[in-house]
Amino acid sequence: MEEKSIAELKAMSTRVRKDLLDALYHAGSGHPGGALSSVEILVALYFRCMRVDPENPTWEDRDRLVFSKGHACPALYAVLAERGFFDLEVLKTLRKPDSILQGHPVWGKVPGVDTCSGSLGQGASIAGGMALYGKKRHRDYKVFCVLGDGESEEGQVWAAAMSAGHFGLNNLIVILDNNDLQIDGRVRDIMSIYPVIDKYRAFNFDTIEVSDGNDIEQVIDAIELARKSTGRPTFIQCHTVKGKGVPLLENKVDSHGRTITKEILEQAVAGLDAAEGGAAE
Amino acid sequence: MMQIRKAYGEALVRFAEDYDYYVMDADVANATMSCIFRDAYPDRFIDMGIAEDNMFGYAAGISLCGMPVFASAFAPFSAGRAYDQIRNSIMYPGCNVKVVVTHGGIQAGMDGGSHQCVEDIALMRAIPKSVVLCPADERETFACVKAAIEHQGPVVLRIGRSDGGTLHDSDVDVKIGRGFLLRDGADVAVIAAGTVVNAALQAAKTLAAQGIDVAVVSMTSLKPLDEELVLACAEKTNCIVTFEDHNVIGGLGGAVCELLSEKRPTPVTRHGVMDRFGCSGTEAELAVKFGLDEAGITGAILKAYRNKKR
Repeated sequence: MEEKSIAELKAMSTRVRKDLLDALYHAGSGHPGGALSSVEILVALYFRCMRVDPENPTWEDRDRLVFSKGHACPALYAVLAERGFFDLEVLKTLRKPDSILQGHPVWGKVPGVDTCSGSLGQGASIAGGMALYGKKRHRDYKVFCVLGDGESEEGQVWAAAMSAGHFGLNNLIVILDNNDLQIDGRVRDIMSIYPVIDKYRAFNFDTIEVSDGNDIEQVIDAIELARKSTGRPTFIQCHTVKGKGVPLLENKVDSHGRTITKEILEQAVAGLDAAEGGAAE
Repeated sequence: MMQIRKAYGEALVRFAEDYDYYVMDADVANATMSCIFRDAYPDRFIDMGIAEDNMFGYAAGISLCGMPVFASAFAPFSAGRAYDQIRNSIMYPGCNVKVVVTHGGIQAGMDGGSHQCVEDIALMRAIPKSVVLCPADERETFACVKAAIEHQGPVVLRIGRSDGGTLHDSDVDVKIGRGFLLRDGADVAVIAAGTVVNAALQAAKTLAAQGIDVAVVSMTSLKPLDEELVLACAEKTNCIVTFEDHNVIGGLGGAVCELLSEKRPTPVTRHGVMDRFGCSGTEAELAVKFGLDEAGITGAILKAYRNKKR
């Protein structure tokens, strides 16, 4: 794949937002808020930073992504489809009984999906296992794990962090989609995970803080820096906005599981088009 | 004769040259006996410390890179505590991880009820498409480990702590979905699993002297159950006793009743832990207390036999 410019990656992020909203509209249910917040992280990974081959999704030496916040999978599905892992038309089958695109990702069904996720916190350990195996066998692939901030209230996330630090998994990069909202309210109010950078430092991670995790340049810079780590796993805290790109959903608690109606979809697409037009001028 | 858990550790070493796999433990390698493998193949062994949920997640991740994994922990902390990880990280995607559930039933002995999981088989058996094997002696243990290696996908091995006597005179071949008819009989059939099978066999020998002809099955494959063998036993005896170091709810007794109630209604006596928590004691003391010794199973067989004659 020819390397895309930052402008092209921004345009791709907008396309992915429209794709995932359309998929959620066709599904009639799902999780738009956390999907929209993670778009730049996923576009940066699949269109710039990860070594993958859509023609050979199970390539042994590919970089791996464990998308632990599985409920936000419409974003992952849209990015994989745009990247050529499967046909864009398939997105309209999201959450249908026989679809490869289940409500939470299923390994073996979706080309490009490296593991099941959905039961929160479990991806952190699965990613650790993949990274440990790569280290033991002297493979040079990287393992990326995208975690939610609400998800980080699960104890398993911290057991996984402890072990990644213990094993010195320098091929593991954990990215927090830190939109600071969960189903019942603000993360800081429901069950605070903060200070989160300090926790990962204490578990022997290198850490990077990205002030705007919906700015694709910042995200790419952080991931490129993390790829160079030699001795320790890296944690990237990406401050993001839940529902990003859709004013009706932005930074709203109820964006988590909001049904995307025809009206919301049309309004959102018009808004995204207008924003893109404005940016291009 | 060898403890089942020791046979498990020895088996991991025996097959290590012919098959590639990793072995993981959660700080109980010296009790599950995975330490035997650790000492022989340190590069292929990973101790995850006291974090069973994390261990099973790592096991899933390693297997997704193409390497099969045996991961062991005591029954309450594997099948129990890490149930969600076993279900969602391993079974749902069908990862090639062998979930080794040790010290099942009351065999954790002195450690008491917190460490005695009497519902592990029920939990593992109810997961869709799961395979659950439970060896009854040293030879079955070696064969179960081999069968697990050769099966592409998750397998639960329920490994007892104690020795199960000598049930087979020579090496056996365990097939998923097959049990062993150790002794044929026409009056009562005892379908048992795990280290208690030996007590059933001894009871059958004693009862033979009293003129009661008792068949004994080692149901090594708890799931899929050996339906053919259970149905044949029911047909021949019309009197079934199930026997397990596990709650009588949801384990082998439950599995046999589910089958027979639909395919050949037959009186079944479920003998095992009678829906109660365990307690501290030596293994011998607890076997007596919970009726899992020869006297206990003999009583259950005689009761079933008398009811049948009525």
